[in-house]
Amino acid sequence: MAFASKSPWVIHYDGSSCNGCDIEVLATLCPGFDGERFGVVNTGNPKHADIFLVTGSVNERNIEVVREIYNQMLEPKVVVACGICACTGGIFSDCYNVIGGVDQAIPVDVYAPGCAVRPETLIDAIVAGVEVLDQKSKALAEAKKGK
Amino acid sequence: MTLIQILIATVVFAVLAPVIGCFLAGLDRIISARMQGRVGPPLLQPYYDVRKLFEKEDAAVNTSERVYVVCALIFAVLSGGIFFGGGNLLLDVFTITLSSLFFIMAAYCTRSPYAEMGAARETIQVMSYEPMVLFMAVGFFLATGSFDVSAIAAAPGGPAIGKIILIFLGVLFILTIKLRKSPFDLSMSHHAHQEIVRGMTTEMSGPTLGLVEIMHWCETVLFLGWTGLFFLWGNPASWILALVVVALVFFAEIYIDNNFARVKWQFMLKSSWLVALLGGGINMAFLMLV
Amino acid sequence: MAFIGFLILFPLLAAVALFCVRNNEARNVIVVASAAVIAVASVIFVVSNLGAGFTPFEFSSEALDFVCTGISTAIVAIILAFSWKYKNVLAAVLACVQLVAVLALEFAFPLEIEVPYGLYFDSLSLLMTFIIGVVGSGICVYAIGYMEDFQTHQPEGEADRRPLFFGLMFLFLSAMFVIVFSNNMEWLFTGWEITTLCSFLLIGFTRTPEAITNAFRQIVMNLAGGIGFVVALYCCAFMVGTFSFYDFLVIGCQNPAIAAAAVTALAFAGITKAAQMPFHTWLLGAMVAPTPTSALLHSSTMVKAGVFLLVKLAPIFMVCPVPSLMVIMVGAITFLLCSFMAISQSNAKRVLAYSTIANLGLVTACAGVGSPEAVWAACFLILFHALAKSLLFLCVGTAEHHIGSRDIEDMDLLFERMPRLARFMMVGIMGMFIAPFGMLIAKWGALVSFAQADQVALILILGFGSAATFMFWAKWLGKLAGIAGQPENVELTVHKSEWASLLLMVVLLICGCVALPLISAVSVEPYIVSVFGVLGQDISTDNLWLAAICAAVVFIALFAGAGRSNSKQKKVPVYLAGVSRNDDTRAFQNALSGSSEAVTRNWYLEAVFGEKRIAPIGTVFNSVLMAAAFIMVLLGVGVM
Repeated sequence: MAFASKSPWVIHYDGSSCNGCDIEVLATLCPGFDGERFGVVNTGNPKHADIFLVTGSVNERNIEVVREIYNQMLEPKVVVACGICACTGGIFSDCYNVIGGVDQAIPVDVYAPGCAVRPETLIDAIVAGVEVLDQKSKALAEAKKGK
Repeated sequence: MTLIQILIATVVFAVLAPVIGCFLAGLDRIISARMQGRVGPPLLQPYYDVRKLFEKEDAAVNTSERVYVVCALIFAVLSGGIFFGGGNLLLDVFTITLSSLFFIMAAYCTRSPYAEMGAARETIQVMSYEPMVLFMAVGFFLATGSFDVSAIAAAPGGPAIGKIILIFLGVLFILTIKLRKSPFDLSMSHHAHQEIVRGMTTEMSGPTLGLVEIMHWCETVLFLGWTGLFFLWGNPASWILALVVVALVFFAEIYIDNNFARVKWQFMLKSSWLVALLGGGINMAFLMLV
Repeated sequence: MAFIGFLILFPLLAAVALFCVRNNEARNVIVVASAAVIAVASVIFVVSNLGAGFTPFEFSSEALDFVCTGISTAIVAIILAFSWKYKNVLAAVLACVQLVAVLALEFAFPLEIEVPYGLYFDSLSLLMTFIIGVVGSGICVYAIGYMEDFQTHQPEGEADRRPLFFGLMFLFLSAMFVIVFSNNMEWLFTGWEITTLCSFLLIGFTRTPEAITNAFRQIVMNLAGGIGFVVALYCCAFMVGTFSFYDFLVIGCQNPAIAAAAVTALAFAGITKAAQMPFHTWLLGAMVAPTPTSALLHSSTMVKAGVFLLVKLAPIFMVCPVPSLMVIMVGAITFLLCSFMAISQSNAKRVLAYSTIANLGLVTACAGVGSPEAVWAACFLILFHALAKSLLFLCVGTAEHHIGSRDIEDMDLLFERMPRLARFMMVGIMGMFIAPFGMLIAKWGALVSFAQADQVALILILGFGSAATFMFWAKWLGKLAGIAGQPENVELTVHKSEWASLLLMVVLLICGCVALPLISAVSVEPYIVSVFGVLGQDISTDNLWLAAICAAVVFIALFAGAGRSNSKQKKVPVYLAGVSRNDDTRAFQNALSGSSEAVTRNWYLEAVFGEKRIAPIGTVFNSVLMAAAFIMVLLGVGVM
């Protein structure tokens, strides 16, 4: 049995978001929606996190940071693009400095659209991400055995 | 008290303490959530967390970190064995200090700025609570004439609390530091992240972090055991009293955790030393001179 | 008795030989051979007399008394010559006062005090013999390699003054043997003064202005203590009527009133030599000397002579409240405040110095309490402090020569730059303050004895002092433990002689921890039984076994666990909250896309525990305390 799905610890990174989605991400963890019901804990440290919540688009400045955080997370890990900017670049996609959605920098597992993304959507996205996490966890366990 | 008894107790503690500590941690999270108007996670959430951590990829900044954490865990378990095996309270106190030292070294050896900062704060935390912990051991000795937990717990004529109530209050004060509860969770917090990321455990990931969690469960059980010891005496019924008190203390710590903002180290050091000086000093002087 | 004579005279001969020999190779051979002979002789002597009670030897000689007076005169003459050269009036005045007093005692009064039993040994002397003979000569061996590096660091054309250095080291050992074996207090005093002079010359060895200043500070304070000793001799002569140390102790216990003045004066002498506040500054100043000197002064000689005297006086303290209270409070205050001040220091040798003074304070306080348990604790504190501290000083000395600094902040990454040395240092540090090592067991004994003696102030002081101790050792230990990348290993050029003595100290420390119950049974307990007739409550064997288990785990972790490679584990860089550039230097990408390095320093809490804030408190408090004690004794208050 994989326990990854029962304890999805998240790390939240604000790319070039307008902060609308960030407020919703934090609202998801607050009493109104209580993400901790599903074991969701907001960590500030990629080394402890399983799910990477990125808000806002990726631009020339932050692309390295996004990659660095992703690389520092340990397997199994899942990326959720939170909000339409994180999915595609959204309203900012034509800006001179914007590269596009998060998938331009790192592999994204779940897209959670919305402007701003609603907490319900986010919870759904995390639950969907958790399934991916479980699959990756099983694959990792098999790889370990294979060695 | 024999060596064999303590070693057996250590093994039993190593099995039971994580289980009890895990339940307590789950309870802590649920009660905290209710205090904040939330539903909170399932009771077994801490267990899920640790199982997940052991499933994670095995990675570390260096190879020493895990060794030190394992040492810290071993000494924490041994310390629990000494206490619940009825061993010497002073040795128990020294062993748990040894455990903290190894945990500090684990944090320092990563050379992460955040972990180092957390470790430096931890040394101040240890310095803050250490006098009161020593006075607790001496207080038990003065009240019951023995450092042996088995003798203290079977003391004739009433619990130690009757004679060392000030020391008990002092221990309650520093218990907040030892359990890493706000307002004294300077070196690492159980909640979210703080200005130094996650302090001492910043670089600890996966299985290493899992070991740290298990260590905290064991420590929680041990420290609550200390508070329970104040209420034990020769009467078997006293065990019920002690359990009730332990439950109350545990609830009080969660209440404090949820209602106070983190303080600066200056306040922590001064207040805990003042408490140790007044609570410990007055109480010990009273026992010696009266 | 032949052995005692050998232990006193052989180092003396070695010293004379070393003064004369100019050839490096020959000197090295003499040092190693003599050190080995002294160590082996000490061990044989200790082992063959294990558990011995007070064993006096009938030995007295008019001629030797004159020789002693002659030596005292010569010492004063040397001090006067240096005072003249460096224009130090105070030292000259004190030296003259002492000379006049000594000569007057010998010639002006028609005293007919015979000490038929001039020499003796008991279990405490044996313990000291072990420390002086094994640890002391280990340090001498270490000095060979150290002084070779030292000489190469000297400017061109500087005279090679190593003959003087090694001669003084061995002379020191000889004088220490005189102190621990002399029952005749005049001889004891002579040994006392020789150690004062030797440390004066060793501290001033480099002849830099700083060294000269500190050497004179030492000599002034210790001459004051020496005058205290002379006063005690006068008191013995006129009030107690004996110069036999043993008789003095017996009479003092039976009749504290007549011995009070002598005991107070002797305690004062012991306090100066043990560098208790307000006299702690001389020991802090002593670290300008080459490191082997510091190791010798701190661990096996000099300061140990001071606490040796105080521990010997313990039975009288138990029945004599004024000097007892003076010694207890001076020691306890010193322990507390010096532990605090150690937190604020980043210079490794200064941290060691403060921790030495603090531990001596604890020994002093234990001696002042004077109960069997307290003396038990004091003996163990002396032993384990000698082992751990000599190890630490030697480690710091070697590190200093190889990383070019004695600052703890510069010892970052030592775990990889000098892997073996760093581990030795860690063992030494742990030996100083943490379970399961001997020092902590000794502190445990102190705590039990304070609790039984109803000394609530001492328990409070021990509690707070120990907490401070944890802080300053733990942060040093943390600095050593740091690991990053693969820095260059710089310990390959460490001299063999240095490794040999470092290894000796580590092995002794570890054996000391493992064999603690044994040492207690064959060495410390016999002394306590012979002095007090009873044995206090001791720590049960089960607890010592548990301590041994802890020790095993610690050593395995340090020497077999930490730093070993693990192929299953993925190595990852540290988290720097952004884009890392270089993991080893902790460089990260800053806001302008340049590189910044994360720099961390330990906490020194200068505003709370700074020297400027703490030191005056202890100096004033202890000075007033001692003055009050002397006045009370003179007026005869509270003595009966």
